[in-house]
Amino acid sequence: MSLQPVKFYQTGTFTVGNRLLAPEERSVQANMQRTSSLNSGHRACQGCGEALGARYAIDAAMNATNRQLIAANATGCLEVFSTPYPETSWQIPWIHSLFGNAAAVATGIAAAIKVKKQKGQGGDVRVVAQGGDGGTTDIGFGCLSGMFERNDDVLYICYDNGGYMNTGVQRSSATPPAARTATTMPLGPEPGNVFDQGKFVPAIAMAHEIPYVATATVADLRDLEYKVTKAMGIRGARYIHILVPCPLGWGTASHDTIRMARLAKETGIFPVFEAEYGEVKSVLAIRRPLPVEEYLRPQKRYAHLFGKSPAVATIARIQALADKNIRKYRLQARQGEH
Amino acid sequence: MLKQTEGSHAVAEAVALCRPEVICAYPISPQTHIVEGLGEMVKSGDLKDCEFINVESEFAAMSVAIGSSATGARTYTATASQGLLFMVEAVYNASGLGLPIVMTVANRAIGAPINIWNDHSDSLSQRDCGWIQLFAETNQEALDLHIQAFKLAEELSLPVMVCMDGFILTHAYERVDIPTQEQVDAFLPPYEPRQVLDPAEPVSIGAMVGPEAFMEVRYLAHAKQMQALERIPQMAEEFQAVFGRAIGGLTHSYRTDDADTIVIAMGSVLGTIKDVVDEMRDAGEKIGVLGITSFRPFPIAAVAAALKHCKRFVVLEKSLAVGSGGIVATDVRMAVTGMGLKGYTVVAGLGGRAITKKSLHALFAKAGRGELEPVTFLDLDWQVVNRQLERERQTRRSGPAAESMLRDVGTVASKIA
Amino acid sequence: MDKPFAITLKPGSSLANHTGSWRTTRPEYVDRLPPCNAACPAGENIQGWLFHAESGDYEKAWHALVENNPLPAIMGRVCYHPCEGGCNRQHMDSAVGINSVERFLGDEANKHGWKFAPAAATSGRRVLVIGSGPAGLSAAYHLTRMGHKAVIYEEAPLAGGMMRFGIPKYRLPREVLDTEIQRLLDFGVELHLETKVTDVQEMMKGGFDAVFLGVGAHIAKRAYIPAGDANKVLDAVAVLRGMEDHDAPLLGRRVVVYGGGNTAIDVARTAKRLGAEESIIVYRRTRDKMPAHDFEVEEALQEGISIKWLSTITEAGMGERGDDIMVEKMALDENGFPQPTGEFERMEADSVVLALGQDADLSLLENVPGLVVDKGMIQVDAGMMTGHPGVFAGGDMAGNERTVTVAVGHGKKAARAIDAWLRGEQYAAPPKPELATFDRMNAWYYSDAPKTMRPVLDIIRRQSTFEEVLGGLDETNALFEARRCMSCGNCFECDNCYGVCPDNAVIKLGPGKRFQFNYDYCKGCGICATECPCGAIRIVAEEN
Repeated sequence: MSLQPVKFYQTGTFTVGNRLLAPEERSVQANMQRTSSLNSGHRACQGCGEALGARYAIDAAMNATNRQLIAANATGCLEVFSTPYPETSWQIPWIHSLFGNAAAVATGIAAAIKVKKQKGQGGDVRVVAQGGDGGTTDIGFGCLSGMFERNDDVLYICYDNGGYMNTGVQRSSATPPAARTATTMPLGPEPGNVFDQGKFVPAIAMAHEIPYVATATVADLRDLEYKVTKAMGIRGARYIHILVPCPLGWGTASHDTIRMARLAKETGIFPVFEAEYGEVKSVLAIRRPLPVEEYLRPQKRYAHLFGKSPAVATIARIQALADKNIRKYRLQARQGEH
Repeated sequence: MLKQTEGSHAVAEAVALCRPEVICAYPISPQTHIVEGLGEMVKSGDLKDCEFINVESEFAAMSVAIGSSATGARTYTATASQGLLFMVEAVYNASGLGLPIVMTVANRAIGAPINIWNDHSDSLSQRDCGWIQLFAETNQEALDLHIQAFKLAEELSLPVMVCMDGFILTHAYERVDIPTQEQVDAFLPPYEPRQVLDPAEPVSIGAMVGPEAFMEVRYLAHAKQMQALERIPQMAEEFQAVFGRAIGGLTHSYRTDDADTIVIAMGSVLGTIKDVVDEMRDAGEKIGVLGITSFRPFPIAAVAAALKHCKRFVVLEKSLAVGSGGIVATDVRMAVTGMGLKGYTVVAGLGGRAITKKSLHALFAKAGRGELEPVTFLDLDWQVVNRQLERERQTRRSGPAAESMLRDVGTVASKIA
Repeated sequence: MDKPFAITLKPGSSLANHTGSWRTTRPEYVDRLPPCNAACPAGENIQGWLFHAESGDYEKAWHALVENNPLPAIMGRVCYHPCEGGCNRQHMDSAVGINSVERFLGDEANKHGWKFAPAAATSGRRVLVIGSGPAGLSAAYHLTRMGHKAVIYEEAPLAGGMMRFGIPKYRLPREVLDTEIQRLLDFGVELHLETKVTDVQEMMKGGFDAVFLGVGAHIAKRAYIPAGDANKVLDAVAVLRGMEDHDAPLLGRRVVVYGGGNTAIDVARTAKRLGAEESIIVYRRTRDKMPAHDFEVEEALQEGISIKWLSTITEAGMGERGDDIMVEKMALDENGFPQPTGEFERMEADSVVLALGQDADLSLLENVPGLVVDKGMIQVDAGMMTGHPGVFAGGDMAGNERTVTVAVGHGKKAARAIDAWLRGEQYAAPPKPELATFDRMNAWYYSDAPKTMRPVLDIIRRQSTFEEVLGGLDETNALFEARRCMSCGNCFECDNCYGVCPDNAVIKLGPGKRFQFNYDYCKGCGICATECPCGAIRIVAEEN
């Protein structure tokens, strides 16, 4: 299977659905019978990117597995807003254990499934683990790396919003440079989060040489669904890192969540690609190149860069990071593509 | 089948007979031999339909166990000491979620200073974690308790720790009676999970519970342990019916019928204590022993009943509630509240310090005379301690205490410059 | 399953939590006015019919089209498509080729013999329509749809008005015209040819409940040019009308057309096709001031028509043979008006055709009281009614902008007003929704797709024959072109709102039924509105 952009010139490849496509070519989200794995009534903030990303991803995984799916969830916004007693928004078998162990819990689930299947006591059920960037790149990193290294049959999905939003917007190892958080205040000679720190877990996942690693954003639904579907067709450890803007933590308007993700991708701030066994196999090229300023300016977490005297040097450093991504992952807009 | 074997291996065989489906392993002494044995059996195919997972930490071990247990697999792991502490968050989580995981704790001291030898500090640090804790006195009891543990855990939907003294039991070769598969199958039914992650009947496990229901959830955990108090003695009887051995239960009394002094302890040290008691009985002393098998739930009524006719009791424990005294002793004292007994706490055998018959003779004699301090540190080298205290009084930068004292003691280990 | 208390929960139980109560703003679905529709003089719902064309249901598209305009095959050829000028797609690549799709639909209808949907029940009322040009045909059609009997009286021997007698064949093949007129007659419109109405009031007494005047503007405007006898000075109306006779007008080897409108271009191109070696347009001003449409000027130039800019004809019929004319060079003053320069040029011309505009023949209205005529045009109200109750008018005689499309629009507008008037009411047009401007849309979702060019007739054939210059689209590229429509301001069921809602609070109602907000759960984040490609969702403040 490969990503086949739908050539339809009214809506292009980019809308959720398309009344003119054959049903099997439509996105999962366009389907009236989608599982809506994360149902209404959850307590996420208005315009929550993580709630959106989680429904996108889990619905796609449900679709790909014929609804034979179990999810393990790290502590964090997604867990808290979806399952406060006495209500859960999940429509799938789901477990929350701890902040730092979602990958390991998923390993256990996968092991149990394997044994049950061997014994003829269960079917081919698949496992997804999911967590935010804190639960993935920081506290859950040990378990994540272990799961990767053992090549356990788990798809781990990280919903990256660049910080500990659930606890009140503190810095994580996925917080981008210069961003304001409650623990990287815009004070002192280097306001906001410092440069030259942090880690990009997709690259680390690739270093484990696991069968599949991909990044995605909530702005490119079809790409996201394609990647989740592809991942569910592979056995072994898989990792998808989804950029999910957070209106609260980023200081953006609730209606701009998807726009922000789109800007992150179009500026090169967030490279969207997929890799197999440690090698990049394809990238989602930039469609309409933009300077990083377009992405930074709408976000209050970067407001200190745009004061009376704009922090030109800092913006240039961020631009350099985006340019590096564009070079490294070959994200340049290509002729003839969309 | 009678067999001369290492304690760890006997446990591994017992666990294998229980048909575990997922085993997570992370090496830490003195538990390693158990999972090594199981790993070998899975790899060789002797233990079928079982996933043996080499995890990256004890935290992962318990987390994997949580996942597999919640998915309906009979799950086992083993740990000790630092390993138990490293998984603590998940240990609490497993019991909070009501997952019937069975875990062997090969009891070992907790650092610093790092120490690989036996005491009960590790398990007892987890006394409030919500797990059932059963202490084995012998290797036979250790292997038999594992078989009971799975049944108890799965009936109550609660995790069970089987605690056995590190090295003293785990590494001791003894004759044990290994039951047959038929016997175990007759005693232990297949796991019927109370809740399970299943696409056919989806549930959300692990909700966030606020003030409106949290107290109730905790009370229910307590109530389950209270149910275990009833179930544990029954299970010992059921076990005896199948296997012909009296193993398990809440407590074991030994020569307590007319005892004025009753010594209370857990684990392998009971053997030494019983020998001493036998000798003192021979000398006419009215002394007996109460062994506690179930530390959690703590058998308050059973302990009170066992101590009903004595005049004094001595709790000899391989643990220390630093800044307070005994851990087991505290629970025993609560059990005998209002009974007007004289009670002594003896902290002994920390970090593998040998508990000798000689010392016990002297100790119990002193207790019988009513001369024992309320809290006693058995065979403490006061000279070393006092010298260090003096050093610290005199010098602000007195250096690391453990290393200084080792130098004083002059053991091999002290030859580190 | 005996679930542990509180820790383990029943799936989907969060539906009990109505997060809609958090909302301070709410999304609402709207239908905004697409700029193409707003620009269409015939009031077509272009976005509406393109919607069906996009799915390849051309018959449904055609039916949607003819709800407003009964002449799509004609319109797809002669309309100057102001719709395309308004099209939002031009902000992305180029405007949708609406006109070409319209022609494709019209041709499909003619090819397959599609019929209009049945008319409403007969009202028993009769309306006289005078003139069978686009205004008259349109009025008659709409009146028939509404159940009234429309009777057309036409002075000429053939129906079609200026579409037949003013527009050259190479732009509008006559079989296309005939087919669409025939469809109207089949629909129940009654046509009396060669029937001149001289007294409107008389006709009203004779069994008509209302009258629609659509007599057009056929009388050529003259300019005084001193001319000798030998020189042939003709007017454009007569030349173009003559093309419909058995014998084509004889214009000669060298033809000069005087004027700068579309009619001047039509005549010059006709002359070329009639065999003129030189066809020259003389125009007073510059190209950018020329009223003729740019694309027609361009086509004329391609065909070898030459244009003398900034020139007026001061004298004709000069010389021995009387076939010379004098042209004076002009210069634009600071206000952009041409002023004579006194610089003259003499040139040869076998004929001079004046294309200086037309006036309406209002003689039949002389006895009708209440009618107001101003600057040669009959004055009408918003419902196209003249000062005389029950007498309505439209087309070239009632408007400044004299195009087929405007006339069709007039006909429809008048029909609605007549329908209301017959019931003793006054037609009130529904309020227009706000315009779907480009900034209300999210263009990200549309992929780039440049306009499909219509095949253009080979240049040699264009210079010598009256074959149609512009070809039509075939099915594939008509579909492609239709699908370039961005559906501005009107939901086209792209499922974006259904997909992008983080709260799963959009209900998809199924094909053709669009969507509904589930206000029980909608938190009012507004992502749906921001990500709606076509701007069909608005956000309003929540009142309570």
